[in-house]
Amino acid sequence: MDFFELLAFGDTGWGDEMLKGALMTVLVSISAMAIGLFVSVFGTMSKMSNNGFVRGIGNTYTTIVRGIPELLVIYLLYFGLNNAVMGIAKGVFGYDQYIELPVFLVAAIAVGLISGAYSTEVIRGAFLAVPKGQVEAAKSVGMNKFLIFHRVLVPQVLRYALPGLGNVWQLTLKDTALIMVTGLVEIMRQAHIGAGSTHEPFVFYITAALLYLVLTTVSSQALNSAENWANKGVRRA
Amino acid sequence: MANALEIKHLVKSFGDLEVIKDVSLTANQGDVICIIGSSGSGKSTLLRCINLLETPNSGEVWVNGELIKMGLDKKGQPQPTDRSQVDRIRTKLAMVFQSFNLWSHMTVLQNVIEAPVHVQKINKTEATKQGLELLAKVGITEKANQYPSSLSGGQQQRVAIARALAINPDILLFDEPTSSLDPELVGEVLKVMKSLAKEGRTMIVVTHEMGFAREVASKVVFLHNGHIEEQGAPDEVFNSPKSERLKQFLASSLEG
Repeated sequence: MDFFELLAFGDTGWGDEMLKGALMTVLVSISAMAIGLFVSVFGTMSKMSNNGFVRGIGNTYTTIVRGIPELLVIYLLYFGLNNAVMGIAKGVFGYDQYIELPVFLVAAIAVGLISGAYSTEVIRGAFLAVPKGQVEAAKSVGMNKFLIFHRVLVPQVLRYALPGLGNVWQLTLKDTALIMVTGLVEIMRQAHIGAGSTHEPFVFYITAALLYLVLTTVSSQALNSAENWANKGVRRA
Repeated sequence: MANALEIKHLVKSFGDLEVIKDVSLTANQGDVICIIGSSGSGKSTLLRCINLLETPNSGEVWVNGELIKMGLDKKGQPQPTDRSQVDRIRTKLAMVFQSFNLWSHMTVLQNVIEAPVHVQKINKTEATKQGLELLAKVGITEKANQYPSSLSGGQQQRVAIARALAINPDILLFDEPTSSLDPELVGEVLKVMKSLAKEGRTMIVVTHEMGFAREVASKVVFLHNGHIEEQGAPDEVFNSPKSERLKQFLASSLEG
């Protein structure tokens, strides 16, 4: 079979399966990024806290997650989460059957925690990049903390954070390839299955590479537009 | 009628360094008080203690006869006890900064109407109308829809003055408003400030512009090492200074 027959749509080829895999990659990436951003808000608040204990929690999180290989984070969470849920089920409800968490959920949480650790650093850096005078000016006209946060800080933090978050998005998208080890059928897993059953690994892996490239290129274009929008009012050097 | 501003026995330290040592100062309605002194004398810190951008260690600040309530936090550090009082009093005290501090993500007009609309809850159409009038007053109407980064320093500072006026404050605080401007841009900002003084605005101005202080001030305060070394009418302070320090300071600032 040649390349196009192998990747035909329908029963005879793997085209529709690969596209479905791509869709799964996109869904996991978006969920993971969303979880990551959610986590990073707390991560940032914790790392910028005046309380040493709270700051310690944030530092421990980013140090551990950024300090061990991503694949290992996924394994640890995959087995750890299942064990934790089963432990709770047994301890609290006396339920001692095997429980398997939805793979999608575990994958999104695992990649989300990795993504969140990097986002935390990006957002913290962006907060520090906002000149003090911007906040002082807001205070001087009587803005309260809430107004200062959402009228002055958020728009400026976004501007400084977007390039870094764009980077995190690309890493997140690619990190989802690692979750094939959990059995979730995304691009990488699907390519692996296709390669195994047809003995044409190169065809499947080059297809996977192209799919990733399409996703990263399209999303980096979107991020560029977002950056231009957020940078209104900034003089380009 | 209460004094516009009264500072009583104000003390401020950064760590072990006492920057303001027991300073008392009163401003009546319509006063223009110019605070002069060499760098490190505590002038900016004193000004920033008035609107609590710096928290004084002790002493009292009264604005229009209202005392800003201070207490101690859990660690025993001084802090205001009523945040909303501070926010409310700050709208009576607008500040113009050395480095302008215009919000860079907002246009000139948005900068001016931000506090009226979001802090004082003035209708946006009305705020815009007033904002444009203020921009006309500082001579910058044509830049209303541009972002601050496309303006010169002098223009930015005039916008900052319009932004300060927009909250309709009782007292204007100026923190070295011309110190980061190119020499040829200083004049346009001083001109606006002079016209405000003529209107009878109460102004506290930290400045190095001796000509401005001499011409406009109702009182000149010379600060040295965190205390008031000498104060009086501009004529007395500039023409017959009593303290040696002030004499030295005036001699060196006239040279420079």
